[in-house]
Amino acid sequence: MKPGNGKEIMTGSKIILESLIKEGVDTIFGYPGGAVLNIYDELFNYKDKIKHVLVRHEQGAAHAADGYARASGKVGVVLVTSGPGATNTITGIATAYMDSVPIVILTGQVPTNLIGNDAFQEADTVGITRPCTKHNYLVKDIKDLARTIKEAFYIASTGRPGPVLIDIPKDITSSVYEFDYPEAVELRGYNPTYFGHHVQLSKVVKELLNAKRPLLYIGGGVIISNASAELKELAELLDLPVTSTLMGLGGFPSEHSLFFGMLGMHGTYAANMAISNADFIIAIGARFDDRVTGKVEEFGRNAKFAHIDIDPSSIGKNVKIEIPVVGDVKSVLNSLLEMLSAKSKEISSTQYDRLKWLEEINIWKYEHPLSYKMNDVIKPQYVIEKIYELTGGSAIISTEVGQNQMWTAQFYKFNSPRTFLTSGGLGTMGYGFPAAIGAQIACPDKVVFDIAGDGSIQMNIQELATAVQYNLPVKIAIVNNNFLGMIRQWQELFYKKRYSFSEMNVNPDFVKLAEAYGAVGLRATRPDEVEGVLKKALSIKKPVIMDFVVAPEESVYPMVAPGAPITGMLLV
Amino acid sequence: MEKTHILSILVENEAGVLTRVAGLFSARGFNIDSICVAKTLEKNESKMIITTSGDTQILEQITKQLNRLINVIKVQELTDEDSVVRQTVLIKVNADETTKSDIVRIKDIFGGRIIDISRNSYTVEATGSEKKIESLIDILRPLGIKDIVMTGAIAIQRARRPS
Ligand SMILES: Cc1ncc(C[n+]2csc(CCOP(=O)(O)OP(=O)(O)O)c2C)c(N)n1
Ligand SMILES: [Mg+2]
Repeated sequence: MKPGNGKEIMTGSKIILESLIKEGVDTIFGYPGGAVLNIYDELFNYKDKIKHVLVRHEQGAAHAADGYARASGKVGVVLVTSGPGATNTITGIATAYMDSVPIVILTGQVPTNLIGNDAFQEADTVGITRPCTKHNYLVKDIKDLARTIKEAFYIASTGRPGPVLIDIPKDITSSVYEFDYPEAVELRGYNPTYFGHHVQLSKVVKELLNAKRPLLYIGGGVIISNASAELKELAELLDLPVTSTLMGLGGFPSEHSLFFGMLGMHGTYAANMAISNADFIIAIGARFDDRVTGKVEEFGRNAKFAHIDIDPSSIGKNVKIEIPVVGDVKSVLNSLLEMLSAKSKEISSTQYDRLKWLEEINIWKYEHPLSYKMNDVIKPQYVIEKIYELTGGSAIISTEVGQNQMWTAQFYKFNSPRTFLTSGGLGTMGYGFPAAIGAQIACPDKVVFDIAGDGSIQMNIQELATAVQYNLPVKIAIVNNNFLGMIRQWQELFYKKRYSFSEMNVNPDFVKLAEAYGAVGLRATRPDEVEGVLKKALSIKKPVIMDFVVAPEESVYPMVAPGAPITGMLLV
Repeated sequence: MEKTHILSILVENEAGVLTRVAGLFSARGFNIDSICVAKTLEKNESKMIITTSGDTQILEQITKQLNRLINVIKVQELTDEDSVVRQTVLIKVNADETTKSDIVRIKDIFGGRIIDISRNSYTVEATGSEKKIESLIDILRPLGIKDIVMTGAIAIQRARRPS
């Protein structure tokens, strides 16, 4: 049906789906319910254009959309019903918010005339999600629907990305209006700064050439802004040592001779010593999290700081920054490279000092490399090293939270961006598996692993049915210590070994559990079985759970006690 | 360093903006001392004047985060030196034959007005700086204040004087 202006008249449901197609969406992670039944009915007509992945819990939908977004760089989309459907996504939204992941969440809402009435399955979704979204909307008029979707995708994916939620009352999805998708957005209060200020950039260049002990401290911003190539060029141009946060892993090749590993609470000795001895540190798309800085007054205590970040509110939040540079990491690095291209004489005349500094860091690296001791039980670190070996470092790896996460960060060598998916900011147990599902859908040809703990995997194990239904060959490697291992480690170190409720006295038989879902279950109990189990899992084109029965009381080292300076590391 | 701050925040006039702004303060344990919101001459725009006291560095952080809100167009901190700050107060004060003339005299000194009269009370309206209003209250207090209502501060930047 077309009115005089030639625009097609359609239902709100159809407007939603047409808008998604305009945004290039081909996959939705969702779960139906009363308030979104109209949308689901319309979705039935769109089966060929939009793939709907039916999860088993709405939290799984949010994490899967997040994993999809992190692995692909595209916006992940979630569709759930009102009330419990919406509240079930909260953990997933908060996880994406903390790690700046672009997802758009469409939630159903009770009809507009019932809002505020404690209607059936009503929740104040916009109110509940306000502090954990970049922005959110309640659509009260169908005239605003298309524009709102346009804005949501724009806001989610630009500037510092993040989740945007659109709450859509049921009557809006059934009423009709002309479909007119806007070409551009007009948001007066939202103008991210992409290009670094010239004056600030020249200060960075000057300081870089003056520094005798410069260091790059990179974070997730490098990956979000697709700046790995520029970063590598800069590091190599000036022989700059690089250390990364958890979120930055993969932003710089781990096997590069200039890379010294993760810094912070479970960082390498070399990285933490380098931070404390550097005289000039450039933080790039990182945010000085307390897990990174340790005692913040001592962090980089001999250094001047420059900080490149697209979010001005990240700069100078915890640590005094001498040279703030607001801008997109990629474009700022490009500007720096351009300015440095005219300085080859200065670069070579100052190189000697930087090489001496590199030598010093390398000595720290050889003094205390990451290590663990083998014996006749499986060590979790060994499992992760083997996964690295057998995938050639080309897999996408997600993790749960706890020791499994830290060992993965330490022992898997991430060499390319968007291959490491982990909940850094919120630290959400249960993230890894649904995120792996999302990543596998985004990257069907890649090997995708979730490196899991026995505790965490049980938080979203229901998604195994999703993986089986969509034939997603995700590999779950449980490093099963029969403990909430990271909790146990803190209790061992700081609570006199009082293991208060951290032992998993009852765990399921993970092999049988896998089989019950129609997946494959494998188990290794001795070190010499590890490789065989991994090889077998890799050869199976189905979801596989591997139960690696590992040393129950192995701990993650180095470790900096909370609140201590990061040079105060407990070593193996 | 603890000090009083006045923030002038230009926002898009949309449902929920006030909650978003107030939420940023409460999430950081910052108390809002007063808040005034009203439309501007532009359609779809409102101006919020918020006074708050607290650590300067945290306030700077809040200012940056306010700027991050999609509906916030501009945030400006106004200082006493470069802006004019006004509050309005309505004071219902006991009035009898012996005090009525005092009240009239006092309101004249403060440039106020009597806006309601009954047999035993006068209601005084006055506008001014916080200091001025506080002294008015102090002077009227001995007469017996029956009720008092105050607006939050509104503030505007001074025009730059030619030097
Ligand atoms: C949802 C959630 N609840 C609680 C925690 C606190 N926590 C952090 S690590 C951890 C233990 C995780 O145990 P497991 O998954 O077995 O991993 P391990 O440390 O043993 O490798 C817990 C409970 C959390 N991070 N997330
Ligand atoms: Mg465990």
